Amino acid sequence: MNINNIKKQFPIFNNKVQNNDLVYLDSANSSQKPQVVVDRIYDFYTKEFSNVGRSVHYLAVAATNLYENTRVLVQKYINAKDPNEIVFTKGATEAINLVANTFGQKFLEEGDEILLTELEHHSNYVPWHYLRKSKGVKIKFAEFNSDGEVTLESIEKNITPKTKIIAITHLSNVTGAILPIKEITRLAHSKNIPVLVDGCQGAPHLKLDMQDIGCDFYAISCHKMYGPTGLGILYAKKKWLEVLPPYQGGGGMIREVKKEGITFGELPNKYEAGTMATAQVIAFGESIKFLNKIGIENIEKHENELTKYGEEILRKNNSVKLIGSPKDKGSVLSFTLDGVHAHDIATILDEDGVAIRAGHHCCQILHDKLGLSATARASLGVYNTKDDLDKLNESLNKCKKIFEG
Amino acid sequence: MDLKDLYQEIILDHGKNPRNLKKSDNFNKDAKGHNPLCGDKVHIYLKVDENNKISDIAFEGSGCAISMASASIMTDLMKEKKEVEVKELVDDFLEMIKQNPELKSKILGENEKTKLMSLSGVKKYPMRVKCATMAWHTLTAAMKNANEETNTDKFE
Repeated sequence: MNINNIKKQFPIFNNKVQNNDLVYLDSANSSQKPQVVVDRIYDFYTKEFSNVGRSVHYLAVAATNLYENTRVLVQKYINAKDPNEIVFTKGATEAINLVANTFGQKFLEEGDEILLTELEHHSNYVPWHYLRKSKGVKIKFAEFNSDGEVTLESIEKNITPKTKIIAITHLSNVTGAILPIKEITRLAHSKNIPVLVDGCQGAPHLKLDMQDIGCDFYAISCHKMYGPTGLGILYAKKKWLEVLPPYQGGGGMIREVKKEGITFGELPNKYEAGTMATAQVIAFGESIKFLNKIGIENIEKHENELTKYGEEILRKNNSVKLIGSPKDKGSVLSFTLDGVHAHDIATILDEDGVAIRAGHHCCQILHDKLGLSATARASLGVYNTKDDLDKLNESLNKCKKIFEG
Repeated sequence: MDLKDLYQEIILDHGKNPRNLKKSDNFNKDAKGHNPLCGDKVHIYLKVDENNKISDIAFEGSGCAISMASASIMTDLMKEKKEVEVKELVDDFLEMIKQNPELKSKILGENEKTKLMSLSGVKKYPMRVKCATMAWHTLTAAMKNANEETNTDKFE
């Protein structure tokens, strides 16, 4: 695979950022968009726009077909059994809120336990937190080890007869640890516990096969996957979507509305109330085609090579301390630099066109445990090269120079 | 933009060796500040005497060079200042960071003004303004002895 050809497909790299070539190392936060995705949004609004699933005129039917085509593309991409197991949401956050809310409502009672991990992003903790108050449930956190990994043993140790659901990240957005989600799911299912996987970081980088993983729910963030913002996906096994109550009420999700009562629509409409992010859904179809064209296995291989290279050069830099050293690691490099706060690093790097993230990356529990208020994070996408990582290292040396005087 | 405007020597010096960074055991007013976006924290301790004058000031906290330098310089300048002067200086500093090219207050000497103006480089970095202003908002809260944590999201 030719990275230069791939990079050329991303128009953002044609422009200078503050007179610099952009070195974009913030894809774990949000990825850049290929031209085909941008064009698809433009084309839909200029030539094909109509609302979906309601009117019978030509444009409405065509738009509905385009919208449903993406559902099928996603179903095939993640190997779900049925397109109706794909629910569009406004983001992965909403996908997790949907499950926490509806599963909590239907199945959780006082004293029940929800098992998360200390690696979780706030979006896979805060939605569950509400159930503490409304249902009196207890939230437990499986610990991460000194390498920044959560092992199967750590999960097993925290399962009790009260555990009603396990919600875990696929790939930590700080340590980069890839969790053994398949093994965790097998273990959980042997005890009749459903599993939700927060796939925000997993989906853009790893091959997804819902039949192989076997999890009950998988949440995807489309804007981290070379797709538009304002869109997420909840994969859920049909048996759950059929028994869980609707999440939000509104148009499009009903069958019959009478003064004395309401019946709800079939899947997937039951969970898609109101006018959805139509243009984004249709454009996301192009993101899937883009990923399919390159092949996720090729992307994974490229990113693994870069991650290893990044770890190598940062380890050689004596002032840099990498956060976590998991054996199975995704393309995330979090670090601290001796004597320089992460926010100062990010500002100084930015002057060179190097875009990284600094802060707690929405993982305060993890940072508290490590005794750090903030870390710097370089994260990779399909368009990154070794040059980008060399540039990162050069700019880090510049930080040191400024601070050492 | 020039990084040298932001990371002036005086900022780097105060950032690395903050003055008055300790827990005061002789205080009668205090307040905590927190920037939830970046995790920076500051806790300001004041000893305010019967004439409403700051007789002692100290802070604890962790954060970037800008926030530590700002708290360090501020605590140095506020010693022996009366409540009305504190208010005037806080307002003057915040106005300068927001829009004014210079400090207007006559309370400070030229050297003190120069020291404080070293923080003005932050104006060109909108995402970093809160780093410079957190300690100042927290000082205002401490003067009122606000028990509630000052949160940068509540700032104007």
